[in-house]
Amino acid sequence: MPGKLKVKIVAGRHLPVMDRASDLTDAFVEVKFGNTTFKTDVYLKSLNPQWNSEWFKFEVDDEDLQDEPLQITVLDHDTYSANDAIGKVYIDIDPLLYSEAATVISGWFPIYDTIHGIRGEINVVVKVDLFNDLNRFRQSSCGVKFFCTTSIPKCYRAVIIHGFVEELVVNEDPEYQWIDRIRTPRASNEARQRLISLMSGELQRKIGLKVLEMRGNAVVGYLQCFDLEGESGLVVRAIGTACTLDKLSSPAAFLPACNSPSKEMKEIPFNEDPNPNTHSSGPSTPLKNQTYSFSPSKSYSRQSSSSDTDLSLTPKTGMGSGSAGKEGGPFKALLRQQTQSALEQREFPFFTLTAFPPGFLVHVGGVVSARSVKLLDRIHNPAFVGIMGNTRSYKLLDWNSFNSDEPETRDAWWAEIRQEIKSHAKALGCHAVVGYSESTSICEEVCILSASGTAAVLNPRFLQDGTVEGCLEQRLEENLPTRCGFCHIPYDELNMPFPAHLTYCYNCRKQKVPDVLFTTIDLPTDATVIGKGCLIQARLCRLKKKAQAEANATAISNLLPFMEYEVHTQLMNKLKLKGMNALFGLRIQITVGENMLMGLASATGVYLAALPTPGGIQIAGKTPNDGSYEQHISHMQKKINDTIAKNKELYEISPPEISEEIIGSPIPEPRQRSRLLRSQSESSDEVTELDLSHGKKDAFVLEIDDTDAMEDVHSLLTDVPPPSGFYSCNTEIMPGINNWTSEIQMFTSVRVIRLSSLNLTNQALNKNFNDLCENLLKSLYFKLRSMIPCCLCHVNFTVSLPEDELIQVTVTAVAITFDKNQALQTTKTHVEKSLQRASTDNEELLQFPLELCSDSLSSHPLPPAKEHLESASSNSGIPAAQRATSVDYSSFADRCSSWIELIKLKAQTIRRGSIKTTVTVEKASPVGDGNFRNRSAPPCANSTVGVVKMTPLSFIPGAKITKYLGIINMFFIRETTSLREEGGVSGFLHAFIAEVFAMVRAHVAALGGNAVVSYIMKQCVFMENPNKNQAQCLINVSGDAVVFVRESDLEVVSTQQPTANCQSSCTEGEVTT
Amino acid sequence: MLGPGARSGISALPEVAWRRHARPQQCPARGARAPGVAMTSELDIFVGNTTLIDEDVYRLWLDGYSVTDAVALRVRSGILEQTGATAAVLQSDTMDHYRTFHMLERLLHAPPKLLHQLIFQIPPSRQALLIERYYAFDEAFVREVLGKKLSKGTKKDLDDISTKTGITLKSCRRQFDNFKRVFKVVEEMRGSLVDNIQQHFLLSDRLARDYAAIVFFANNRFETGKKKLQYLSFGDFAFCAELMIQNWTLGAVDSQMDDMDMDLDKEFLQDLKELKVLVADKDLLDLHKSLVCTALRGKLGVFSEMEANFKNLSRGLVNVAAKLTHNKDVRDLFVDLVEKFVEPCRSDHWPLSDVRFFLNQYSASVHSLDGFRHQTLWDRYMGTLHGCLLRLYHD
Repeated sequence: MPGKLKVKIVAGRHLPVMDRASDLTDAFVEVKFGNTTFKTDVYLKSLNPQWNSEWFKFEVDDEDLQDEPLQITVLDHDTYSANDAIGKVYIDIDPLLYSEAATVISGWFPIYDTIHGIRGEINVVVKVDLFNDLNRFRQSSCGVKFFCTTSIPKCYRAVIIHGFVEELVVNEDPEYQWIDRIRTPRASNEARQRLISLMSGELQRKIGLKVLEMRGNAVVGYLQCFDLEGESGLVVRAIGTACTLDKLSSPAAFLPACNSPSKEMKEIPFNEDPNPNTHSSGPSTPLKNQTYSFSPSKSYSRQSSSSDTDLSLTPKTGMGSGSAGKEGGPFKALLRQQTQSALEQREFPFFTLTAFPPGFLVHVGGVVSARSVKLLDRIHNPAFVGIMGNTRSYKLLDWNSFNSDEPETRDAWWAEIRQEIKSHAKALGCHAVVGYSESTSICEEVCILSASGTAAVLNPRFLQDGTVEGCLEQRLEENLPTRCGFCHIPYDELNMPFPAHLTYCYNCRKQKVPDVLFTTIDLPTDATVIGKGCLIQARLCRLKKKAQAEANATAISNLLPFMEYEVHTQLMNKLKLKGMNALFGLRIQITVGENMLMGLASATGVYLAALPTPGGIQIAGKTPNDGSYEQHISHMQKKINDTIAKNKELYEISPPEISEEIIGSPIPEPRQRSRLLRSQSESSDEVTELDLSHGKKDAFVLEIDDTDAMEDVHSLLTDVPPPSGFYSCNTEIMPGINNWTSEIQMFTSVRVIRLSSLNLTNQALNKNFNDLCENLLKSLYFKLRSMIPCCLCHVNFTVSLPEDELIQVTVTAVAITFDKNQALQTTKTHVEKSLQRASTDNEELLQFPLELCSDSLSSHPLPPAKEHLESASSNSGIPAAQRATSVDYSSFADRCSSWIELIKLKAQTIRRGSIKTTVTVEKASPVGDGNFRNRSAPPCANSTVGVVKMTPLSFIPGAKITKYLGIINMFFIRETTSLREEGGVSGFLHAFIAEVFAMVRAHVAALGGNAVVSYIMKQCVFMENPNKNQAQCLINVSGDAVVFVRESDLEVVSTQQPTANCQSSCTEGEVTT
Repeated sequence: MLGPGARSGISALPEVAWRRHARPQQCPARGARAPGVAMTSELDIFVGNTTLIDEDVYRLWLDGYSVTDAVALRVRSGILEQTGATAAVLQSDTMDHYRTFHMLERLLHAPPKLLHQLIFQIPPSRQALLIERYYAFDEAFVREVLGKKLSKGTKKDLDDISTKTGITLKSCRRQFDNFKRVFKVVEEMRGSLVDNIQQHFLLSDRLARDYAAIVFFANNRFETGKKKLQYLSFGDFAFCAELMIQNWTLGAVDSQMDDMDMDLDKEFLQDLKELKVLVADKDLLDLHKSLVCTALRGKLGVFSEMEANFKNLSRGLVNVAAKLTHNKDVRDLFVDLVEKFVEPCRSDHWPLSDVRFFLNQYSASVHSLDGFRHQTLWDRYMGTLHGCLLRLYHD
């Protein structure tokens, strides 16, 4: 019995009125974990019940702890009829299962109902006692830490980066079960939510097992996705990068954060050695040797369908062999070849990371991607729906016996694609793929599987037991990676995988570099960039005939290469138009709908100093004799040239003039080059490769030979740059801006447009799609104008085609303000200086690997608080319009807040009657109530509800992350049968997304955190039926819950403390009365 | 006790079916779109982790403008030129804000809920601003309903008020509902009225005092709408209300009563009859007059007028006091004060300073009247009236 879960239900508030006669509610709570259920007493006639229950104790296996969510149901007691459910709270207790994360979950959780949304809140305390368990054949993987962050988390150091882990779980979708026909939508939605929660728990546990097997202790860049395949089921799959992480001993100031009161309770078997010095021997898991045998044992009851690619498909290598080098012990010098071969032995040398410890990335080859079109009905076994019926629970324990081949089918699909990626990487002379990600697009029975990444050569030091000796030797043996090193080609110059024009590196002049570079990773911190970057998008639609099954799949497969080609051409054109030469964070999304395909590529363009200056774009007409035509062409040409010049100015791109003699070779004529190698494979295994280079032309020429091409050129010029004061990028940070101030605003924006079905052409479609995206961006700029100067970071567009004529675009991004004064001063020299600093840091780091992970913030010097103030004052220099409406209300607002404060104090000290509404949240998190609250930002002290920041980035500007509390991975369904009453589709979705944010924040706060980093909305599936006044939406979000401390707050704390103390003492007094 | 979610199993059938099979049929309106426009926006939302509040749009919303009107007003403000945005962007932005405000409105009805709710993350300063603006009211509107019963009947008159004041009906409704809501909540509550309002509605001190006045007036149904009272502002009445709450209510003597700040102290009103002796007793009246005249001789610009009018004025003030036992007369308090005191003085062109001198002396001299035993009562009455009259005395 390795674990005891303890739950206490404290109170509820703001409950809905369930008894219309009395306008009150008789609420009680059911607490369910696994198959055990406890109930609280009924608290009669109150909308703010105080249950103050005993501790409900569940004695459970730790695998159950990992798989199962804690399910809390609030009900209204009814003497005569069935009790009515008010709503539910699902709590993932995984964060309590590893030592460094949260020790208690405690706080107010929104009570959620899939039909009514949030209906009040409930205060819950959850604790877990884990016992030592010596059973080595365990199926649980408690203790493995999960991070969504795609870089080494800020307060950790990577000892070893083991590599790729993946897993997928398949189940029947409850919505398509037979029983769904006779149950309420609510029951169906809840079944689905619960199943997915269960499946993700299971998936995480299985991934954890693989990590333990690789002797890692953490998964970084964990990405979990759902494929709603409809009739053929529900697939939950995840990829990540297994690592061995060491907690960096944090500065003394932050230590209190870790000394949580209940720490001693957490005797975790996989407890990590907190001392990094003794950690070089690898993670201290109980699995000391290779005898560990993992088998998907049949006897194990909870085994549902699972994938075991590494074991079943390629048993001879497997993941275990990836760590073959370990046996050699820590004393051998590490040779590059050795690691390379070690890497090659791995089945998939993939890394989901997009940012790396300095020195990790040696060379970058380019983007590799693979797509494959599959038919879902092939694997669909119509028999099972009938057989299972209502007798089965959602868990489907004996799934394997039915459909034993199903997960394997999905696994085989992915394995096929990964193989392809691997071979592409090899063709680029690279032994690894970084920034790797996978995605699907499903429409009815057709599914496009996509994978992409960046082929790269890695520094082997991190891939094995890194030791100081090895590292030093390495330094002697190899050229130190310079800040231009990653641009140098990894492939053989004489045996290039594709025609490319190479020059000597503009930085070191020793190695060859390509003329453009496309990657899926973030810009390395040590890269030299000239000017600023910008968001570049390629947008494309292609009509397709409606077809069934195989014909449909074939049609799609036939279209794909053309789409890829055009997306690529657009990207290249736009990049040139911006006067830039490299793309980072490239993400190409191909979405399939019933009658069209959409392609959306987003990336951040930059000018890399190491790469040659991009040439312009030349326009050539087909009929050179026609005079007016000629004139038109030259007019266009002029416009293009002007745009390029304007962009160069806008993004401050002014590369130093380099005399050609020094380089030794002429500056190359601009030519289009492909860094993109991809292929389509149909359901068959046929692989086609595409040469994307425009033959052997010497200049980059756009031929205008028909209206299509004309359209293309026009669309090039229609992209409007963001208004002044705005920048945007889809990478973590904006190249060229490093003086962030602390204001951040994360947002999600969703738009759905309906196309007219009448005579749609590709051009019209393209234009519509283009307008949709551009208008969306314009709206964002307008809405956020009060934050100017600011940058939209990590702009993440997702396109879906929910119905025939509907296009849905979902954008999530974060707006971060920066210091304008400094930004203006940021000249090239400034950049170079800071980069030099970064690179020297880098060298030092290489010598002292213990500090390898020291905050990447160090290379982005943040402005001290003083400058922050200056920026605030400088804001007033901005024209009134830009400051929007924040006219002069700051002082008014201050006053307002101060009397709210006053009133609250008054209320708590003077009043004793009729106080119910002011019983506060303060007691929400006993964890660090004292220290956390006081340490966190001042707004926290002001507000009754602690502020929880959310950001898709892995860091919070102006703050230090002191603790990772665990992964947040939540799935919600919301449905309505009164769409009009809820404000139509917009009102419905607006409320739902706001509720999702609220639930994420509540969970983070309950864990004792004050922010979510690496937040991502992975899915937002919206369906409507306005005629029936109905709509349904599914949202899946994830991120890392963290505790952060404002850098400027460290001093402020002392002054803030008295107020905060006073307040909390008042509150406590209140609670006890 | 059927909850809203309860439903029989079979009735769910058609709802289940829509998800899988139903496709929305082309709505005829969609076919009739203007040619050339190939797309229509079905859904357009923006949700920030921190809820964005645009103060200008909030004001337009509070003022009761429709989205279309609000967009037009914003366009007129020149925002498009300043930001380079398009009308479509403005439309979408305005819709978004309106939707947010609409969702917030439910919470604004009970401001402490806004502070405790988890759905919208709003910085405290913004929360305060939202509340303060939501509960703010128009002078023109409040003058129309001040002292009226906050009932359905009055609500029906809002149409007329809207036409008369030029304030949109929507805004009138909000303001009226605010008054009514505050009234209902604090109606039967113990303790200080201002404190109660502040605590339950988290209003600023100033606004809470205003609401206390509104509640007090509504509760006592003081007449404020008469033509001769039109020159008075809400501020004048609020000032008087505050003085009356402080001195004339139950709360002024006992701080642990229900309704203590809302109802006038009945005993006190009964006692006021005793003051009648000041005008009924001829000697007392003469003595009082001579005391005042002696003290003010040479100090008052309008001495002769005062001397001539003293008895009338004194009779007026004391009779007002004596009549306050009847509810009807309580309601007419302000009418009486204006008729019996303000108007006579004004017609004689008393400067404000003279009114002050007079009232000071008038109240103080009573203490020297040996035959008069109700000094405390007099002070409680006259202290308040003194302040009120000075405030009411203007053009």
